[in-house]
Amino acid sequence: MVLTDAAIAGSGKSSTKMGRLRLSSITPASKYYWIRLLLENWVASASLAFLVVMVLVAVFAPLIAPVEPDFVNPLVRLSGPSSDYWFGTDELGRDIFSRVVYGARVSLLVGITVMVGSTILGSLLGLIAGFYPRVDVLVMRVIDGLEAFPGILLAIAIMAAFGAAVQNVIIALSVVYVPNIARLVRGTTLMNSRELYVESARAIGMRDFPIMRKYILMNSISPLIVQCTFVIAFAILAEASLSFLGAGVPPDVPTWGGMVSAGQPRLQQAWWASVFPGAFLFATILAINLVGDGLRDAFDPRSRER
Amino acid sequence: MFAYIIRRLLLLIPVLLIVGVIAFMLIHLIPGDPTTALLGRDATLEQREALRDQMGLNDPLPVQFMNWITDAVRLDFGDSLFLRMPVTEALFDRVQPTGLLTLYSLSLAILIAIPSGVIAAVRPNSLADRLLMVMSISGAAIPGFFFGILLILLFAVVLGWLPSGGYVGIGDDPVQHFRYMVMPALALGFSSAGLLARLVRSAMLDVLHQDYVRTAYAKGLPERHVVVKHALRNATIPALTVIGTVLATLLGGTVVIETVFNIPGMGRLVVQSVTRRDFQVVQGAVLMVATIEVLVMLILDILYVYVDPRIRYGSD
Repeated sequence: MVLTDAAIAGSGKSSTKMGRLRLSSITPASKYYWIRLLLENWVASASLAFLVVMVLVAVFAPLIAPVEPDFVNPLVRLSGPSSDYWFGTDELGRDIFSRVVYGARVSLLVGITVMVGSTILGSLLGLIAGFYPRVDVLVMRVIDGLEAFPGILLAIAIMAAFGAAVQNVIIALSVVYVPNIARLVRGTTLMNSRELYVESARAIGMRDFPIMRKYILMNSISPLIVQCTFVIAFAILAEASLSFLGAGVPPDVPTWGGMVSAGQPRLQQAWWASVFPGAFLFATILAINLVGDGLRDAFDPRSRER
Repeated sequence: MFAYIIRRLLLLIPVLLIVGVIAFMLIHLIPGDPTTALLGRDATLEQREALRDQMGLNDPLPVQFMNWITDAVRLDFGDSLFLRMPVTEALFDRVQPTGLLTLYSLSLAILIAIPSGVIAAVRPNSLADRLLMVMSISGAAIPGFFFGILLILLFAVVLGWLPSGGYVGIGDDPVQHFRYMVMPALALGFSSAGLLARLVRSAMLDVLHQDYVRTAYAKGLPERHVVVKHALRNATIPALTVIGTVLATLLGGTVVIETVFNIPGMGRLVVQSVTRRDFQVVQGAVLMVATIEVLVMLILDILYVYVDPRIRYGSD
């Protein structure tokens, strides 16, 4: 009923901004209808809430962590979870909870920057390949070649050449996930470039690049957004695997993957050193995937059948 | 069919060439002088120059590439600086654990995926269907190494049923071999099992609504017969196409799982070589795995045409 009232209020010329926004939000054709659909999905919105909390934790890590992540206290080596040390301590007496909090920084930073990097590069390649059939053959063979390498192995090889550093992890993983995005954008570009509106745009003298940006990319945006969320999840998983193997971020930086690895030799005495960081890793990736599923359903409700 | 295979084989050449270029570039990506990275900062000028000559780093890049690729085609990836043996030999010594691990986890994934996917599709929204959904969603999200560590914690530390890591060759003691391989295979195959099961489920749902399935039911065939003989056979085709991708994931995953369970395979060697800065080994392993992957994809594509005669790919 509130919505109806707002709708009536919104129909008047002198309506407030509030009223108008409400009016637009009840029509299915609204640009932001998918946000409402997403938030109505309780699994997706709970996951989104969890991710918002994780981002806040990462940003305000120094305020949340009880002690510095590198603070060594030999008196409390390998002590179990307690009221002082919520997640226990590791073999050097460092507070696991503080390290988990700081570990969120690396994971989320890598996840988001890799997504941005591979999306920019991948969309560009995909657009060009889909739009110009002559370039397509070449670009697709390069993509095929890149995809022949198992992602983690290619990332390890690039890391071996560049050396351990956060920015190198970002570069390596951005390269690894370019094919993922490029394939998707190429597919939608091939489909869209046959549409009448692209032909019309060309007929009125629009250049190729504006056509690609305005009509083709914008029409592939919803599957692209869904894919982007999955790339964030892949990248976080891959960064954790690299750090677990010691081929990622330098070992002095606390990362979830590195912590799981560091705790493994003492699993019998101190399970908490591996299990807590691993659980946060799992929960974060799970939440991103569930938001991705939710976005896909919101953009295309038919996909919910499967 | 024959023309298709020929065309597919020709398409292989550019892809393999690009795989070669990427693998070749890896050593040239090393910032600065690669000999510093290979020999360390303390190496003398003479030592460096000798290595440059030995690796052919003084030749022009295209010449280097041609030399390198002709060697690589003959399976000569140079010598490992750390192990002081040919890279090919070092890799072949470690092929057995990696190959078997991949094979076990793929089989395990298929063995889990087909029955659970079929049951979920036959009884949608049942408890089994929901359980499968939870399994596949968490399988996609849990890092293989963390799942492996949870398995170790439960089966090795708490229950003490299985060894927490290590390897026994299948020829030495088959029973011990399997005891050592159960957890790694499960840790590696779990997420792929979830993915495959979801695919089997959705393919089965498609097929179960087809006319011929209704006809089969209508003529009074028992459900088990219809599901297995009529539906499942047709539903496996879409699942087959992803086996290649799954295999790539598994091969990549061996790197991580072999490290978790301390299995002396190719993946473990790659990780150790990264810390030892033994680039020749990393390069050789990467090239070899990518080539295997490309060839498997080829075989699967051909198999796909063979299994599904409706597909002719416009070649004949």
